[in-house]
Amino acid sequence: MMKILLMGNPNVGKSVIFSRLTGVRVVSSNYPGTTVNYTSGFMKIDERKVEIIDVPGTYTLEPTCEAEKIAAEMLKTGDIVINVVDATNLERNLYLTLQLMEMKIPMIVALNLWDDTRHRGIEINLEKLRENLGVPVIPTSGLNGEGIKELVTHIPQAVPPPSQMRSRDERWSLIGSITDQVQQISHRHHRWFERLEDASVKPKTGIFIAAIVLTGSFMAIRFIGEFLINHLLDPLFHSLWLPVLMKLSTLMGKSGLAHDVVVGKLMNGEINFVESFGLLSSGLYVPFAMVLPYIISFYLILGILEDTGYLPRLAVLLDTTMHKIGLHGFAIIPALLGFGCSVPAVMATRVLESRRERFIAATLVCIAIPCASAQAMIFGLVGKYGGQYVALVYGTLLAVWIILGVILNHLLKGFSPELLIEIPPYRVPPWGTIIQKLWGRTRGFLLEAVPIILAAVLVINILFVLGIFDHIASFTAPVITGVLGLPEESVTAVIVGLLRKDAALGMLALSVMTAKQMVIGSVVLTMFFPCIATFVVLLRELGLKDFLKSASIMLVSSVAVGGILNAIL
Amino acid sequence: MVKSLNDLNSEESGVVSEIRGGQGLVNRLNALGIRTGKKITKISSMLLHGPVTIRIDRARVAIGFGMAAKIFVEVDKRT
Repeated sequence: MMKILLMGNPNVGKSVIFSRLTGVRVVSSNYPGTTVNYTSGFMKIDERKVEIIDVPGTYTLEPTCEAEKIAAEMLKTGDIVINVVDATNLERNLYLTLQLMEMKIPMIVALNLWDDTRHRGIEINLEKLRENLGVPVIPTSGLNGEGIKELVTHIPQAVPPPSQMRSRDERWSLIGSITDQVQQISHRHHRWFERLEDASVKPKTGIFIAAIVLTGSFMAIRFIGEFLINHLLDPLFHSLWLPVLMKLSTLMGKSGLAHDVVVGKLMNGEINFVESFGLLSSGLYVPFAMVLPYIISFYLILGILEDTGYLPRLAVLLDTTMHKIGLHGFAIIPALLGFGCSVPAVMATRVLESRRERFIAATLVCIAIPCASAQAMIFGLVGKYGGQYVALVYGTLLAVWIILGVILNHLLKGFSPELLIEIPPYRVPPWGTIIQKLWGRTRGFLLEAVPIILAAVLVINILFVLGIFDHIASFTAPVITGVLGLPEESVTAVIVGLLRKDAALGMLALSVMTAKQMVIGSVVLTMFFPCIATFVVLLRELGLKDFLKSASIMLVSSVAVGGILNAIL
Repeated sequence: MVKSLNDLNSEESGVVSEIRGGQGLVNRLNALGIRTGKKITKISSMLLHGPVTIRIDRARVAIGFGMAAKIFVEVDKRT
């Protein structure tokens, strides 16, 4: 099958064009490096099915990080290249265009963000650009779909470009002469808007803005999440689902093995959605009424932050601090993603330059950043004892993130490379994209997490009945009870933690009594090992050797931190 | 007058005159459009040896402190 590659600089809208062409929804944001892995989809051209590949963005074909390496390798497999070019930054984008032309692969240029050129006072002579490049040039606007049809009809006309190999300086001088001929820039400044854009990367105003943005985001996430729980999902479960379950419970005789697996154990003759732990009670309540609301609210706010273009500015602001833990500022983006789910967060470390950085960033995400599932449970369960305990959990994890980062930075050979990123212009978030992105991520949670949670509930019930946990519990008691001060049975929660954090924290609530134990349990469960999905991704991204290193750090540090908390609280 | 990017004041403009680094650095900066002969304007630098943000053509680029120290700029005369 014919393979068509979408290639271009980071953050020029390749993913948006990809979605337009294939109908496959992919995550796009307003910062360089959203696509770190290639995505493929299909479309029909003249009744022939072709494969379209969304290649990670790259500035040159001489790769400087993992994501760019993937891009350069992909190029060898393509039959046609659609080079997506940012029309508002023609000069810089043409460098990759010239390099691609030298590869002699049939090519067509999509001059994207075309609608932005007008109000930015940029005029581009399309005819002259076509003449100069010798390949079709189609103006497009991915966000509103302008020019996409034309792009498709021109794909069969892609021709191997007339080009010879050039040195770097020759390319730049050619670019200079092309832009002189085809582009006219009139200075139309939006002074106040530019000032606003710059304020977030100036020290004083920047810190102020960051404080507002981060506090605002946190409050919005809490507010929306709580609202969905208290006014929508919890009432739904109690008024609609509970009566059905109670009837079922009566039908099944209110007790017995089958009853406890399906409905859950009755507490004082009632179903408790958290503690009953049946497939149809906790198995549904935990994912839908406790975790889902926070997944929705977190990804809504993250989506808005991503699309406005604020995140790279935060990276600049935090760069100095991040260097202390062996990373540069851009590593804040994987960390923020980790508050949603560790899987995309670990993947996102691909934008970092060195293996050392990727190791530190991925390890820290897995250890010290609680994912949305874990957080929802921390708020739900620890929160019952009082807000100060929730703060204690978060404070401990933040301290671990910093201290462990500093230690790793000192122990690991090498140094942290420096920040070098493009800061995108602010953009009003396109609501359509935000809702699509939110839906894609929520759907991912429902499809991947819900079956695992149900399976976990089932397996736990069976193991309980068989009495297997009692054996494990007495075996692990020295650590669980001795060092961490948790009840023996909470080892079940630790084991479930290998599957899912939300189900594990739910288990913890069954055996744990005091606030102190709940705090220690939450911290240890968050830190000690990633869930099964993250485990797989981490192994793939780090390789076996580094993965084992990372996993031992998790084990040792979680027991150490749990032990310290037990001693001082 | 030639200054390193770190010594340039905020809102000061100039033309890149030299990048004192190896091919690797020159290549990475080039890819972002930063090369000898380009006009740039400094927007800001972060405290405590933080990154420098510059404006170049229609783009903004943030450059780590150590890298910025290797980029030299012929400062425009104040008009």
